[in-house]
Amino acid sequence: MKAIPWRRAIGCLAPVLLSGCDVLRLGVVGHAGPIAASQWHLYLIVGAVLVFVAGPVLLLTPIMAWHYRLSNKNSAFKPNWDFSWWIEALIWLPPVGIVIGLAIVLWTYTHTLDPYRAIPSAQPALEIQAVALDWKWLFIYPDARIATVNELNIPVGRPVHITLTSGTVMQSLMVPQLAGQIYAMAGMTTQLNFAASRPGIFRGENTQFNGAGFQNQKFAVVARPTADYRQWMDRVRANGQPLDAARYARLAKRSVIARPLFYASTPPDLFSHIVAQIPEKRR
Amino acid sequence: MSAGDMRHAGINLGTTDQETHDQAEPDIFGFWIFLMSDAVIFALLFAVYGTMLGATVGGPTAASAYKIGPTFAETVILLTSSFTFGLGSIAMKHGASNRVLLGWFAATLALGLAFLGLELHDFATMIGDGAVPTRSGFLSSFFALVPLHGVHVLAGCLWLIVMMVQVPIFGRDARVKINLLRLGLFWHFLDIVWIAIFSVVYLQGLIR
Amino acid sequence: MTDGIWPALLGRFTWNALAFVRAWQNPTVNEIIGAGAAMMVVLGAASVITLITVTGKWGYLWREWLTSLDHKKIGVMYVVLAFVMLARALAEAVLMRMQQAAAVNAPGFVEPDHFAQLFSTHGSIMIFFMAMPFLTGIINYVTPLQIGARDVAFPLLNSISLWLTGGAAGLMMVSLVIGRFSTGGWTGYPPYTELAFSPDVGPDYWISAVTLGSIASTLSGLNFAVTIYKLRCPGMTLMRMPLFCWTTLCTSILMIFAMPPLTVATALLALDRYLGFHFFTNDLGGNMMNYANLFWLFGHPEVYILILPAFGAYSEVVSTFSSKELYGYTSLVLATMAIAVLSFTVWVHHFFAMGQSANLNAVFGIATMTIGVPTGVKIYDWIWTMFRGEVRFTVPMLYSLAFMMTFVLGGFTGILLAFPPLDYLVHNTLFLVAHFHNMLIPGLLYGMLAATHYWFPKAFGFRLNEKWGRIAFGCWVFGFYLAFMPLYVLGAGGAARRSQAFFEPAFRPWLYVAGVGALILLAALTALFVQLWVSIRERDANRVFAGDPWDGRGLEWSTSAPPPEYNYAVIPVVDGRDPFYDGKRDGDGYAVPAGYEDIAVPRNSMVGPATGILGAGLAFGLVWYIWWLAVLCLAGIVATVIARSFIRDVERIVPAADVARIEDRWHHAIAAARPISRHHETTPANQGLAEVTA
Repeated sequence: MKAIPWRRAIGCLAPVLLSGCDVLRLGVVGHAGPIAASQWHLYLIVGAVLVFVAGPVLLLTPIMAWHYRLSNKNSAFKPNWDFSWWIEALIWLPPVGIVIGLAIVLWTYTHTLDPYRAIPSAQPALEIQAVALDWKWLFIYPDARIATVNELNIPVGRPVHITLTSGTVMQSLMVPQLAGQIYAMAGMTTQLNFAASRPGIFRGENTQFNGAGFQNQKFAVVARPTADYRQWMDRVRANGQPLDAARYARLAKRSVIARPLFYASTPPDLFSHIVAQIPEKRR
Repeated sequence: MSAGDMRHAGINLGTTDQETHDQAEPDIFGFWIFLMSDAVIFALLFAVYGTMLGATVGGPTAASAYKIGPTFAETVILLTSSFTFGLGSIAMKHGASNRVLLGWFAATLALGLAFLGLELHDFATMIGDGAVPTRSGFLSSFFALVPLHGVHVLAGCLWLIVMMVQVPIFGRDARVKINLLRLGLFWHFLDIVWIAIFSVVYLQGLIR
Repeated sequence: MTDGIWPALLGRFTWNALAFVRAWQNPTVNEIIGAGAAMMVVLGAASVITLITVTGKWGYLWREWLTSLDHKKIGVMYVVLAFVMLARALAEAVLMRMQQAAAVNAPGFVEPDHFAQLFSTHGSIMIFFMAMPFLTGIINYVTPLQIGARDVAFPLLNSISLWLTGGAAGLMMVSLVIGRFSTGGWTGYPPYTELAFSPDVGPDYWISAVTLGSIASTLSGLNFAVTIYKLRCPGMTLMRMPLFCWTTLCTSILMIFAMPPLTVATALLALDRYLGFHFFTNDLGGNMMNYANLFWLFGHPEVYILILPAFGAYSEVVSTFSSKELYGYTSLVLATMAIAVLSFTVWVHHFFAMGQSANLNAVFGIATMTIGVPTGVKIYDWIWTMFRGEVRFTVPMLYSLAFMMTFVLGGFTGILLAFPPLDYLVHNTLFLVAHFHNMLIPGLLYGMLAATHYWFPKAFGFRLNEKWGRIAFGCWVFGFYLAFMPLYVLGAGGAARRSQAFFEPAFRPWLYVAGVGALILLAALTALFVQLWVSIRERDANRVFAGDPWDGRGLEWSTSAPPPEYNYAVIPVVDGRDPFYDGKRDGDGYAVPAGYEDIAVPRNSMVGPATGILGAGLAFGLVWYIWWLAVLCLAGIVATVIARSFIRDVERIVPAADVARIEDRWHHAIAAARPISRHHETTPANQGLAEVTA
């Protein structure tokens, strides 16, 4: 009688728990490129060090409190004892040492994982220009003169260099499985370097709240093998429509886009005009 | 001079009025803290002004918008008003007659109002020339920083008027004295801020 | 004609601005929730007013509380305000958790715009109108007592601070009924909050409320700093002050220097919105990065403004309930000061991802980690205080222990976030939300609750119910872990904060758990209210009039509970760090003075209430473009201040005979009381006279 509800409960919970663990695969744990892999590596290093920082407190607090409880007649009671140089040294010096050690790690990794730093590679980086709009992302491929909305296609193994700006309020672009985020601001540009090391579809998003459509502002990063990537590009060129001033003006209005859009051509200096806010001022 | 005679920066009443002096200690100290907090506001506006210097967006620049002549006159007037206020404070400390005291304060008030009049005239000229705060980030930061000092001077003038009413009514009781000490600090503080404005803001207009 | 008159009278107010009208016209679940909240505000206010009127308590309330300049009463009013606002903001949090749990690939029941108002009010209220009033209230009550003073340095200014805070909090409540609140979050980042993107009244409500609160906090900080520097009793050197006073001092210094950046940030945003300036706009040279710097130049020290008083409270609680001197007093003072100074050097870590150079990010990252050292030292100091002590697991002590073990986890994730490359991945996600709740719930809320339980008997003369206190404690701790640990996981999976809906089925189980946690937190608050109710009902059994229920150490325990309005009949003279504890051991803890003198206390003043109401009126006028109201209120404030400067009769004398009568009654009670041993301090046998043992 008693066992059945338990079993049923476990039966119900198991898929929940399993799907629960999937959540981590959506983030840096499921890294799919060198930058995210390196970041995950750093998580493990820092996390391991921090176990030794947090551990003693987590152990000592309950031990001290319980051992020196009022009802324990066997514990020492020295109400006027309030200082020891040994303990002072113990609580000041090791933390200082740990922080110095971590500072060296921090300095090194902050430089190697600087989002502005190009990824060393035999291939030249794929240049992408990303424009944050309400509530969608416009990706311009300046070399191929094509553009997409809410879907970023990249070749596997080749470094990607994104230059970002915003056509509206400040936003932040992140693809957790590939790299960390960087803000996009109107009138300014920021940069992000990353690469995908395996084919797949990775979720990208804006993480900076920007209005009623914020939660819908997700995009897919589709990493394709090089040949596949070329075919995709040809398809866009063949089937897409041109992104002209009128279409951009419509795109720049606040709206949620249900499906990704693909444009076969773009005006030559669209991105720099957006940065300089030329379309805005001419209106 | 023993430590007890001189407890806070500024004019101390120790040798002439020990009782008020003791009471003044926390009051004046508190007002110093207030001024330092206010100084943070000005410091931040100076910093914002510094970052906005280049944000002229094709509009008026420091060189084209500022007139050094009138601002120099304003500087002289405000510094003089600090001097007259200082003489008033000394008169208060040593028990001069109300007429002397009010005379110095009236002079200070007149100079303060003259400063405000000239400053308003400056702003009107700038606005007439198209240098309006809505034109650019640079002008926005100018019109946040400099008029805020003007508003402080206005508040100082209002305060001075209230004190000029209170001196005849209450004579020189402890609160009048302490408030005059505070007002003195405020007035001199505004001088210092103005010197910073004159050097950082207006003198830069001379750099072509 | 009407075109001309109504806008001039009512600004941009229209009937549609009323939540009830919106719900009537468009009765969706979303609008009905909004109208329901508005109804609760209106009914709540109406029932409080009715209750006071029916019981005829207006006169009492006005004389004894609202116009009072007594730091103890002002402190209590601050804490009451904090609890009211806590109730609202916690309810909003529960609503948000329910919405997110319901909205995985589904619309849920709260629309995006409404959801955005929820997280904006939740954050703004919790920081500015729950946390700040809470700690200001506790500081107000405790600090003057601890340093042997009769009041704060500027009692009237204290009342003005309270009322400005209250006015601003009232404005937050009004925004539920009339109009709408900002959707820009508690940080109000432009350009989203600029007129171009948020033309409604929401950001104006936010600007007004936060600016009023910010000014009030600056004035409070000034007041406490002067109190501590200038009003300490003879013998109370800085290094003899109780640690709570040290943290008060550091918090005050932070308030004095860190609130102005917030005032500047909101004022410049207001200039943009009202007068068309270009500080943070997208066009004509505006630069929102200036806002980010100004805001976080306030925002990071603010974290320590919030946390340091709790650290002070823990120091008092751990020492008292370990029956032992505080370990490493000097160390703790140095650590507190180090934290206060370092807190000004780390603000860039709030926007590592804004594209600064790696050098800059690394410097700020290292500075951030450095704060971990003094913070860690403090935690160890409390652990070593328990060492060789006799620990009593009272409610405040339980909060302290839960704090130490929970806070260290927040520190763990804080160091992770201090690494710029790691921050890039979890910034703006629920991981960050989990982190700062993990710091502020143990680091502020537990601390303030510990302080409330610890000093409540002092303030009201009876102990709080222990059983309900433990139930509430259990719910706060258990609920916290359930509500926020899942958010770490979700954030690591890339779940953006401030999302009204999610599209990953894998998020669902974690959101469910977090939702249950939020409900338990609501139960925790309910348990606190039940505890208060039960404690008041059985107050006669739990009186501790003699004033020292916990075998206390500092001066605040050497008066009756509640203390007389003048605090100390004779200003104490101290010669050590735990003056009352040592005094009790030396046999002169309750020495009867040879005679009493007249004592001057500040007279009540209506300047505080007037300033608060006029300040709120000014803000309301600005929000709705009702210019006549704004101008009138501003003129009213100036007139009030000037009028007050003409009033000379500001003190009331408590005659020596009255003092003698009050003090004699207390000394008789002490003589009649039975000393209580530590084993029985939580029983009704505790009359507030501690048994003196080793």
